Amino acid sequence: MPRYRHSPIIRLVRVKSLFLFFALLAWACGGKNNGTPSAVQNTGKTLKQVKARGKLVCGVNSQLPGFGYVDPTGKYAGFDIDYCRALTAAIFADPEEVEFRPLNAQQRFTALQSGEVDVLIRNTTWTLSRDTDLGANFVAPTFYDGQGMMVRKNGGISSLEGLAGGTICVQAGTTTELNLADQMSARGIKYTPVVLETADAVFGAYEQGRCDAVTTDKASLFSRRVVLAKPADHKILDVTMSKEPLGPMVRHGDDQWLDIVQWTVFATFAAEEYGITSANLDQVKGSTTDPNIKKLLGLEGEMGLKLGLGDDWAYNIIKFVGNYGEIYDRNLGPKTPFNIPRSLNNLYTKGGLLYAMPIR
Amino acid sequence: MATRFWRNERFLQVLGQAAFLLLVLYLVYALYNNMVRALQLQGLVTGFSFLQQTAGFDIGERLISYSRSSSYLRAFQVGLLNTILVSALGILFATALGMVVGAARLSTNYLVKSLAKVYIEIVRNIPLLVLLVFWYTDFFLKLPTIKEAWIFPGPIYFTNRGIAIPWGIATASFRTYLWILMLGLLITLGMTWLLILKGRRTGRPPLVTLWSLVTFLGVAVLGWILFPQPPLTVDIPYIDGLNIAAGLTLSPEFMALVSGLVIYTAAFIGEIVRAGVQSVSKGQLEAARSLGLNAFQSLRLVVFPQALRVIVPPLTSQYLNLTKNSSLAIAVGYPELFSVSGTIFNQTGRAVEVITLIMATYLSISLVTSLFMNWYNYKVRLAEG
Repeated sequence: MPRYRHSPIIRLVRVKSLFLFFALLAWACGGKNNGTPSAVQNTGKTLKQVKARGKLVCGVNSQLPGFGYVDPTGKYAGFDIDYCRALTAAIFADPEEVEFRPLNAQQRFTALQSGEVDVLIRNTTWTLSRDTDLGANFVAPTFYDGQGMMVRKNGGISSLEGLAGGTICVQAGTTTELNLADQMSARGIKYTPVVLETADAVFGAYEQGRCDAVTTDKASLFSRRVVLAKPADHKILDVTMSKEPLGPMVRHGDDQWLDIVQWTVFATFAAEEYGITSANLDQVKGSTTDPNIKKLLGLEGEMGLKLGLGDDWAYNIIKFVGNYGEIYDRNLGPKTPFNIPRSLNNLYTKGGLLYAMPIR
Repeated sequence: MATRFWRNERFLQVLGQAAFLLLVLYLVYALYNNMVRALQLQGLVTGFSFLQQTAGFDIGERLISYSRSSSYLRAFQVGLLNTILVSALGILFATALGMVVGAARLSTNYLVKSLAKVYIEIVRNIPLLVLLVFWYTDFFLKLPTIKEAWIFPGPIYFTNRGIAIPWGIATASFRTYLWILMLGLLITLGMTWLLILKGRRTGRPPLVTLWSLVTFLGVAVLGWILFPQPPLTVDIPYIDGLNIAAGLTLSPEFMALVSGLVIYTAAFIGEIVRAGVQSVSKGQLEAARSLGLNAFQSLRLVVFPQALRVIVPPLTSQYLNLTKNSSLAIAVGYPELFSVSGTIFNQTGRAVEVITLIMATYLSISLVTSLFMNWYNYKVRLAEG
């Protein structure tokens, strides 16, 4: 006696629509496995994607005044933000074709690895482990920093040794978290870390008195001190606990893209070296006889084409964003509340470490 | 005539199931393969050997020894133990508070009833993350500084560096004392068994609870006196420079997490308790009273056992929720499993492995909790038929 009105085959098809769904899913997933992975295949991929999308997606900090933050008018601003804009200007001849993706310290590398952002420009320290473990490459340092320590002036602490037995606030997933442990253990100082997820939480807890001290890169301390309720009540200890070279980061596998980001950075160095600013750019372009400047501004040598960009790539960087000195002064210089001395972040000709590789 | 096999329903059913299983297996394989290829493409390696490398970061609160030169695995264990500690304490206090709230909700006193209702309605309509951040930044960090600490008898210090309470420190004889306590427990169990036997023989229920307690406490006190040096010495907290020394300091992060979880979960447990008690029909209570049981007896012997079978299954879900919700600790800086793992995966870049490890760990904790609660549910089920 038949138990069902329909033939078994029809019933099978009806009931197993789930089956079909899984079959489709498996086909879709399996389909991506064709072809062998190779680095060569990926070269040029990022630039193509960026151009097709019509804008650059830049992973940035949104909580660090001076480097990456949202200004009172609701626009992203800062030193790192300007490098995103410089890169955008080099590609699109327009610094606004960029989408900023705010990331905290823990999210940043996953966002870069998974392709959520094209480039990470977020005060990130260049280390060997990060260069290898994360499947990403650092491009060039844009800011030489070092780890520092901020304390309350009335706390009577003037050295790291004074923090023995104390509590120190630090942000999760940073090199400073590791370096704090290294430095304190090397000096034999016992302390309790309070590790919080975001910079806002870290400085909030410090300000409320949860910690005796807060540690991060020195420039960040200068920057965050300005936005504390009473900046004058806090001091930054006169110690530099580490080397923190900060710079942009790109994914492994697309060497052309690495070149573009790298030479964008070098172009800002070179422009300052040759004395080209956004103000005198057109005048220099019209009158220069220097072959180096001619190559930089795209008057000879077709440098831009070699990168897969237009020959006016560096011209656009300087026109829309400026040279390194302009970027620095606009965000961190004497006219800003931070007033961070340039020291190491000066041209090699002026006692600093900035040295552009020859653009030729 | 025999049915042709492609028209045989049984055959088609088995075929369908087998094909489905194959498809699911292929899907899992395809997903895995896709991941491995994607990782290879970026030049990333997979595997768990990185867990043996030096962690290099410090963890503020820990139950086992750990330093920056310990391995990532050790750091993971520190986080796991912190999760278990917070979950266990959270479940304990949330159950106690939830029972009280549930009882208050059923009270005939208007004020008590309304207060319980207001509490439940406010707390369960606020996201837990908001509650946690509130307790951390607006309560525990707003406590006075060390210099102006509130001192309560004990002494208990309330400061924005944590709450310090006196705590026992184990002396040399503590281990031996633990053995004596074990012995006391065995004697007590034997004693209880004898009492129950005697009760069956004479038909008069003996005071089992009372005598067991007396026996155990007797052994415990006797053991304590016998030692020349007491097994535990009291450690009184005092203020020492930047921090509170001695005693036990409960950090603001720990306090914020536990209070947030307890207060949040207790609101749900309160409603579960109320539902359970109300599910017992009124006739049961009336029958109990007419048998001559007083109000407390009828609640304990008639209503509550029947309410439990309605209470236990949703209570299990709440316990599981509490455990999983403890991963929000990252917002208040308590180094539990998820927070520590976050640091590990950030320092090593091994997102896939670490996330797999986290998921497997939470799954294990939840399954153990579920197993226990299912066993308990089986114990309190209504014996019907």
